[in-house]
Amino acid sequence: MHELSIVQNIITIILSELPKYNFSKVQSISLRIGVMRQVVPEALFFAFECLSKGTPLEGAEIKIENIPITGRCRNCRHEFIFESWQENCASCGENQIDIISGKELEIAEFEGT
Amino acid sequence: MKVSLVTNILQVNERIAGQNKRLFDEKGVLVINIMSAPGAGKTTLIEQTIRVLKNEYRIAVIEGDIQSTYDADKIAATGVPVIQINTGGACHLDGNMISQTFDKLDFDAMDLLIIENVGNLVCPAEFNMGEDFKVMLLSVPEGDDKPLKYPLMFHESSALLINKIDLLPYVDCSTEKIRNESLKINPDLAIFEISAKRGDGLNGWLDWLRLKLKEKQR
Repeated sequence: MHELSIVQNIITIILSELPKYNFSKVQSISLRIGVMRQVVPEALFFAFECLSKGTPLEGAEIKIENIPITGRCRNCRHEFIFESWQENCASCGENQIDIISGKELEIAEFEGT
Repeated sequence: MKVSLVTNILQVNERIAGQNKRLFDEKGVLVINIMSAPGAGKTTLIEQTIRVLKNEYRIAVIEGDIQSTYDADKIAATGVPVIQINTGGACHLDGNMISQTFDKLDFDAMDLLIIENVGNLVCPAEFNMGEDFKVMLLSVPEGDDKPLKYPLMFHESSALLINKIDLLPYVDCSTEKIRNESLKINPDLAIFEISAKRGDGLNGWLDWLRLKLKEKQR
């Protein structure tokens, strides 16, 4: 249930941004979430619905961009998207791979009036 | 109107964790965050670690649980200072919960702070507390499919203790598979096969910890 903490943080961050733009209502929030975070969209939407009630965020649309897991080979520096963790480097066959994306947990943008 | 933000959702926790880390560094205290599923043997490992290392280093423990003081009571019996955090439902500890215990801890009389996280293989990996290292336990009855099912925790940890190896004859679990798949997720992971209860393999873990303590105190 980390979705609850994640949503709490999203709401706090957006609420603190609203006065800067004189917004009284938020229409949409775009998130970038890495696959490794194992966020369950339904749980996130449900938590948002509960926690945003009575705030300027109530009713806002949540858009999620899923960021795939990308690895970089320690041997040849080749970068590739992991379809499965069993994969070795597609270029040289090395099995030591550093993860370079897939852990994102970001608010990309939001839309308000 | 659209506003571009590009903000880490957990930025508040990251900031508090950073403050905690500065304090730990200033005091020269090594802090490790122990994570696992419920029942994997975190408390037993901590008890065994204290039993050996308390003659060499000054140790304190923070126990995280949703409810109860069972674990803190066990640790208190070893004679080291222990603080219980009851999260009251939250499935992980975070930077703020840790910083709220600071007035009850004497960092000038401490070399090692062990934090036992709430039993859970997902959320604890996401919330930094300012620790030097995350350490995870995986007990063999849980099965050898866990690295691929919960990759973030294996990726964030510096050491993996494969626990309860005394039960290997009775369960379908290949430690070789755990090793291969967790090294795939995290090539730098230090892996130890142990039985915290019987004491098998603990020396490798204790030597790893001694080395980290030496590096911190340098």
